[in-house]
Amino acid sequence: MLITNKRIGSEIPSSEITPENIYHERRLFFKSLGIAASSVAFLAASSKQVMAGVNVLPNFIHASNANEELLTPFKHITSYNNYYEFGTSKTDPAENAHTLKTDPWSIKIEGEVEKPLILSLDEIIKLAPLEERIYRLRCVEGWSMVVPWVGIPLSALIKKASPNSNAKFVEFISVSRPQEMVGQRSNVLDWPYSEGLRIDEAMHPLTILAVGLYGKLLPNQNGAPVRLVVPWKYGFKSAKAIVKIKLTEKMPATSWMKANSSEYGFYSNVNPEVDHPRWSQATERAIGDGFLSKRRKTEMFNGYTKEVESLYRGMDLRRYF
Amino acid sequence: MRLSLSLATSKKLIFFAALWPLVSIGFQAYQDQLGANPVEFIERHFGKWTLIFLCLTLAMTPLRKLTQNGRWLLHRRMLGLFVFFYASVHFLCYVGLDYAFAWEDMRDDILKHRYVLVGFLAWILLIPLAITSTKKMIGRLKTKWKQLHRLIYVIAILGLLHFFWLVKKDMTQPLIYLAVVLILFLIRIDFKFLRRS
Repeated sequence: MLITNKRIGSEIPSSEITPENIYHERRLFFKSLGIAASSVAFLAASSKQVMAGVNVLPNFIHASNANEELLTPFKHITSYNNYYEFGTSKTDPAENAHTLKTDPWSIKIEGEVEKPLILSLDEIIKLAPLEERIYRLRCVEGWSMVVPWVGIPLSALIKKASPNSNAKFVEFISVSRPQEMVGQRSNVLDWPYSEGLRIDEAMHPLTILAVGLYGKLLPNQNGAPVRLVVPWKYGFKSAKAIVKIKLTEKMPATSWMKANSSEYGFYSNVNPEVDHPRWSQATERAIGDGFLSKRRKTEMFNGYTKEVESLYRGMDLRRYF
Repeated sequence: MRLSLSLATSKKLIFFAALWPLVSIGFQAYQDQLGANPVEFIERHFGKWTLIFLCLTLAMTPLRKLTQNGRWLLHRRMLGLFVFFYASVHFLCYVGLDYAFAWEDMRDDILKHRYVLVGFLAWILLIPLAITSTKKMIGRLKTKWKQLHRLIYVIAILGLLHFFWLVKKDMTQPLIYLAVVLILFLIRIDFKFLRRS
């Protein structure tokens, strides 16, 4: 397994690696996020190695094999995106996403909960300590990236609203603002974008709400200001720019299920054994590896089998794809 | 202008112009503009140019009819060979760059995914057309040559399907190519009817 869920901490003092100006810039934007001074130190410590151009991060990456895993470069993570709200080409979001206003922002939590809530982004990131999580993001189209996200466990937010006993599923609704999101002016998907998880998947410690990557605030094209990240599922499950979280008794229909239910199932767990009609799910191309590199074998649950297989015990994963 | 050029000159001009896709991708590679997924970028680039040359090849007969000038057909063979050339480069990118000669993975990909399968079939069907494109073969096959080369219509349909089935949701691009091919097909049919009456 590549990742880890390791709280950032750090063996190397940031001053050793991060050029001072970058370090101060970072202090500024984390201040603007409202993070306590101690977290600033942690985050700075975690991200500075990358900022300084060091690619190998042995402290963060716990590969099951001996191979060293590399983070995907920031420029690729922020220029190759599937975010149809800003256009259907991979390069559209980086060009068009700047028009979305992400401040102020709040998330409404409603449905099968004891305490419906509306929380601002500042309040959300104070629910739990921000952590850096280095996850592989596997797209259903057969490519993957390794992204150092910064966020909080989604469970912290859901617990705050106290789900009742009817809460079996969690629906995520993304923002709908055609004036600010050029792609929403065409009906390529059923807007607003919606996704869903089973409650146990949503409460799983690997599932996070991300607000940053590479130690910086999340760029708009990556789902700013707050997005879901569910690392053992195909990328489209990780909804971006979330404004509403609804706990439900029935399985919600997601945007991609409505678009093409025979190709996109509710679960959409990464599974090299269950092929997609269009793309091979047996292998994937690692973005940023250069064009003479080989495709890598896709791992069951994207490499998180140990952590998540218990969620699906006894389920036929071909049927519930 | 066109008429004032000798055939040899216009052929040379078209030949060099047709190398543009190689020059442009080379330039983009040199400028480091192939993006986050260069393999996909290069594959798509040559796939797109294969379709463009296919449309150009299919445009020669309609142009002859519209302009009442037979000269267009004298360029058709070279354009057709460029279709085969770019389709082969596109296929080689898939084999060498994308799959790095992993034959088993490739076989599974071709057999399991219909868009890959139709694209592969289209390339296979181009081979006999390229082989029989010489004057000698035209003379030898006579009427059969014409029948054989009608395969280009099947290839065009397979090529379009290849594109349609690849696209996840936004069909704008493949629809544009479909519209062009349909217009080129319709012009042929239309003219035949007119001649009969």
